[in-house]
Amino acid sequence: MPESLPVDSVGVVTPQTYHFEKPIELACGQTLERYDLVVETYGELNADRSNAVLICHALSGHHHAAGYHSMDDRKPGWWDTCIGPGKPVDTNRFFVVCLNNLGGCHGSTGPNSINPNTNKPYGPDFPVVTVGDWVKSQALLADRLGIDCWAAVVGGSLGGMQALQWSLDYPDRLKHAVAIASSPRLTAQNIAFNEVARQAITSDREFHEGRYSDFNALPRRGLMLARMVGHITYLSDASMGEKFGRELRDQAYKFGYDAEFQVESYLRYQGERFSESFDANTYLLMTRALDYFDPAYEFGGDLSKAMAKASCEFLVLSFSTDWRFTPARSEEMVNAMIAARRKVSYAEIDAPWGHDAFLIPTPRYTDIFTAYMDRVAREVGA
Amino acid sequence: MRADLEIIQQWVKPGHHVLDLGCGDGTLLDYLKRERNASGFGLEINPDHITTCMNRGVSVIEQNLDTQGLDNFEDNSFDIVLMTQALQAVRRPDKVLDEMLRLGDEGIVTFPNFAHWRLRWGLALSGRMPESDALPYKWYNTPNIRLCTFKDFEALCRQKGIRIKSRRVVDGQHQNNWLARFWPNLLGEIAIYRITREKM
Repeated sequence: MPESLPVDSVGVVTPQTYHFEKPIELACGQTLERYDLVVETYGELNADRSNAVLICHALSGHHHAAGYHSMDDRKPGWWDTCIGPGKPVDTNRFFVVCLNNLGGCHGSTGPNSINPNTNKPYGPDFPVVTVGDWVKSQALLADRLGIDCWAAVVGGSLGGMQALQWSLDYPDRLKHAVAIASSPRLTAQNIAFNEVARQAITSDREFHEGRYSDFNALPRRGLMLARMVGHITYLSDASMGEKFGRELRDQAYKFGYDAEFQVESYLRYQGERFSESFDANTYLLMTRALDYFDPAYEFGGDLSKAMAKASCEFLVLSFSTDWRFTPARSEEMVNAMIAARRKVSYAEIDAPWGHDAFLIPTPRYTDIFTAYMDRVAREVGA
Repeated sequence: MRADLEIIQQWVKPGHHVLDLGCGDGTLLDYLKRERNASGFGLEINPDHITTCMNRGVSVIEQNLDTQGLDNFEDNSFDIVLMTQALQAVRRPDKVLDEMLRLGDEGIVTFPNFAHWRLRWGLALSGRMPESDALPYKWYNTPNIRLCTFKDFEALCRQKGIRIKSRRVVDGQHQNNWLARFWPNLLGEIAIYRITREKM
């Protein structure tokens, strides 16, 4: 818990729930009759409503991007390093909005919510939502907040995909899209890792085909394994080596299969913690949304044709040791933008932390992010 | 205003789509955007320059000509490809020139003249590698690894079937220098060439 709040923190924040009564049609063909979105905002919306920035979360993220929920919180929001007074997304200048996406498990309508047709949790009956569906719901949220046009839509990883989707689906409703450590589509290897995660969950005996809440059960082991394998893909060989090396928890080998290496116990700990706080059906859904994301698909795989719809400016950033979404994936995006004559800036940032680097402030990353957002702020008069 | 910018600006038509190889802090692209409503991109590898470009709203791509090339750009995708004071710093200037004219109808190239009298004089007199305003580095840490003279450049263009549409010569401070017009390879410090493919 923070004894006192850091000066560059947005402080203690309270999430708000927005109810939507108008049905939303989803890409899968199903309709959600009504739904909730849990939202946090930081900073003030200016008089001409031009300074709003949407932050899109990644696979296991949520609406709590910055600040603390109470003075008892051990940690601030997941992107507190980049959002706050004087930080790259400067809350003295921007009105920042972050929500838990549909299908999430942190308060927005998702598999854990009550299905009005059955009065039981949706569980596996919750429709598989897509990045496009999220963006659609985010646009409805923007309507509700009175935001016609975002100064910027910003996200890392899966969040960057939402920023890209925004630029294609609502080209007039954003000035800038910032996609960090992201990808225009998953590779076979990416999908393969997602499949291992899903298999880990669905093959857990406590999964009960997704109806675990009916059985008062939780597929903890499956979720833990899914997170462990996912977590490995977020780090780099070098950063794991630096953090754990071959260090043992005790002095000598025990010739057994307990967690003897530090890295084993770390992964188990991370997996266990995650399995207690995340919903298995949501994990399946989020990984599927990742798999399906491919804006070039309807253009015969030609991303530059898809990009022709966009009119905002782009900032694309990648990290040198990210092997989940490599710099090459970001460059694929950038090249499509160049071919479509969109305005785009790109940098590959040297950082040893793999995919997770987008959450860790390094000098060059912070400089670039700050410089770009400063320009966005000047442009919208913030 | 810098004389070289003024000269280059005259060769860029309103609304031109421009690629600037080694765009530095984006001064030229920013200028062309304002003065000529030009669109386009700059390529750069210096992190501070890249940040400055992003802050001033110049589209900049971090890309290294030596290691990454220009394969990611399509044929004839630009009206003009610029390269100011960077030709002498790439590993294969001859190939970059080919690439420039693959991507654009026209190229504008500027580079320091290694045959300028002061450099010749310095080398002749002191026997040491020359230094100047345009070439302020030591021999061991200079990024300028492919120094040439105006004559060398023009010979390469002839050999490659590249037509020189115009040439303007300025001094180390990018100022017009009337003397240099008479004997450019001796008196000119920096030349601005406007090149295009020789029609077959």
